[in-house]
Amino acid sequence: MDQIAGNISLLFQFPIVNLKIVLDGIMIGSLFALAAYGLALVWGVMNVKNLAQGDFVIAGGYISWWLVENGVHALLGVPIAFIVMWGFGWFIYRVIICRVIDRDLFTTLLATFGLAIMIAQILNLLFGSDTQSVDLGYNTLYFFDGFIDVPIAKLIGVLMAGTLATGVIIFMKYSRMGQAIRATAQDRRAARVLGIDTDKVYSFTFSLNAAICGAAGAIIVMVWIIQPFYGITHSIRAFVIVTAAGLGNLPGVIAAGLGIGALEQYGAIIFGIGYQQAIAVLLLLIVLIFRLSQQRRVRQSLQ
Amino acid sequence: MKINLSLMGALVGATLLFPGSASAACEAITLGSAISLTGKYATNGIHAKNGYEFAIQKIKDAGGVQVDGKCYNFNVIYYDDESKGDRGATLAERLINQDKVQYMLGPYSSGLTKAIAPITEKYQIPMVEAEGASRSLFNKGYKYLFAVLSTSEQYLASAIALAAEKATESGKDPSSVRVAVAVENDPFSLDIRAGVLEDAAKFGMKAVVDEKLPRDLSDMSAILTKVKLLKPDVLIVSGHSKGAATAVRQIAEQNISVPMLAITHCEAADVTGKFGAAANDVLCSTQWAETLSYEDPLFGTAANYYSEFIAANSAYQGKKVPYQTAQASAAVYVFKDAFERAGSLDKEAVRDAIAATDLKTFYGNIKFSEAGNNIAKPMVLRQIQDGKYNVVAPSAFASHKLNWPRD
Repeated sequence: MDQIAGNISLLFQFPIVNLKIVLDGIMIGSLFALAAYGLALVWGVMNVKNLAQGDFVIAGGYISWWLVENGVHALLGVPIAFIVMWGFGWFIYRVIICRVIDRDLFTTLLATFGLAIMIAQILNLLFGSDTQSVDLGYNTLYFFDGFIDVPIAKLIGVLMAGTLATGVIIFMKYSRMGQAIRATAQDRRAARVLGIDTDKVYSFTFSLNAAICGAAGAIIVMVWIIQPFYGITHSIRAFVIVTAAGLGNLPGVIAAGLGIGALEQYGAIIFGIGYQQAIAVLLLLIVLIFRLSQQRRVRQSLQ
Repeated sequence: MKINLSLMGALVGATLLFPGSASAACEAITLGSAISLTGKYATNGIHAKNGYEFAIQKIKDAGGVQVDGKCYNFNVIYYDDESKGDRGATLAERLINQDKVQYMLGPYSSGLTKAIAPITEKYQIPMVEAEGASRSLFNKGYKYLFAVLSTSEQYLASAIALAAEKATESGKDPSSVRVAVAVENDPFSLDIRAGVLEDAAKFGMKAVVDEKLPRDLSDMSAILTKVKLLKPDVLIVSGHSKGAATAVRQIAEQNISVPMLAITHCEAADVTGKFGAAANDVLCSTQWAETLSYEDPLFGTAANYYSEFIAANSAYQGKKVPYQTAQASAAVYVFKDAFERAGSLDKEAVRDAIAATDLKTFYGNIKFSEAGNNIAKPMVLRQIQDGKYNVVAPSAFASHKLNWPRD
């Protein structure tokens, strides 16, 4: 208790630290938001709750790390991871997801859970269980007597995440395929009747999700560290964010991602870093209780 | 007549079964080990296994283990415990009950050792382990568990002594030193924390940050922000290789200046290779370093062990041989020595011989306490200086001077 009070008083003693916490949170949150965005797509369009979401992220990270080890520039790792994971997502859809998509919730959960374990173990066999990261070797920008630090690598990561998210939003709004995806999300049968090849839409959506995750992972390996078994952490965050924001609300997902990033940082400062993730899960509980108490059955659709 | 015939048959059978000690090839002594070949401990589990195998080959080349005039070679049955405690315990039961293993080599990590020790204890199977340093392993009254490595509360405690030394040198009272501790919430790291805080309390130092890192740590900027505000004199971080990598990277990113930074698992995280200059002046604890002047008749000097191991294992070329490998080899060496002194394959006799071990090895001296931990070997602190690991403490073994303060 004393420690918590001491930590809170630190925030008031050094008000500038609040700005740092929020900035750190937003930079990290933008990466959570990417994976969550992909999950919202797959969940909303295909009604598949992909438990392997975090493992897609880690796989993307390893692709980028492997490329860097073999002499490719780290920033190129992001688009390459996007493309490779697109192919991987398409393959997984054809082999596994398309077979379980019409089954009940439990089957899809089980299939993606198995997929998560498979990916983690394969990565472990291929790359070993050591933590890996890519160091871009860029400088850090300091403001306010060095209290605020913005590593340029992180800044690049955030910009890339922002570009990707904007690109996807524009694509969903204006392209033919984006419209088809949204139509399928609203009513699969109606979309079929109107001539949309829903199977194609599904495989496209799933591939797009895997690609987004892959790019997110390639950015994460530049600013954080990855390990074959870190997938679950990213999966949990993605689920928390999507649940908190609501399925039909893609801009909301991004906002929630940034918010959770900042909240986690505050939680880590006040309660200790061991509780950083507990904050996210606590938030999920509160949102769920709030939603249940509302008891309103709103029909949600992708916008 | 019938009785006579069957008697004779039995005699003939017996001579066929036991052809005497005339055979040229050595017989096998089978050891068992459940070790992490997959899962989160796979990297170090494989390091340990390579250490076991190297020592076994080395003993074989040197003429085997001589027990009561007969020659034996070690042979190990390995099972993969998938880095999971319950799996480790099951596999230990299987090794003992199905494979009839009479002697065990340890798994990797304190957690796995903790899971397996009750099983070996129940069946009274002597186990020499090299990778479980938690001190909680040695307060349970186990009689069949022996560990060649220093226990974990000693890991970074010497950094506190070093900080006190530096404070005195610069004309300050050691009790003015402020300590920050960030350790993972696992048995190993919690022991490190206990050892550090105990020693800090002895000097009257104050712990200004005392936090537990999560198991899937990848961001510790919150702790470092506190460090920046509170300005402690020593920062202790223990969180396996993820803790080492995250600490080194983010301390450089956030430009945290702390006079002394001591962490574990520097080599496992390859902090010099990945982060270059950012890793300079970091203190790393180690069980063993190849520059130490220990030696024994089997492996030669520590440096000799190091070069021969790399020559025998091409996968380590251009990389560092971690201490996890050296101590695994030392555990096999303890078994060889104990078998030879026991002069018997009886597991009780071997257990008593292990308990009486007083051995000088390339890894350090080995002598077990009543509780089974090695009390003859100190922990070593090295500092990364220009990308090289140089021994700086304890001063008796130090080859280099400490760079202090950091930055």
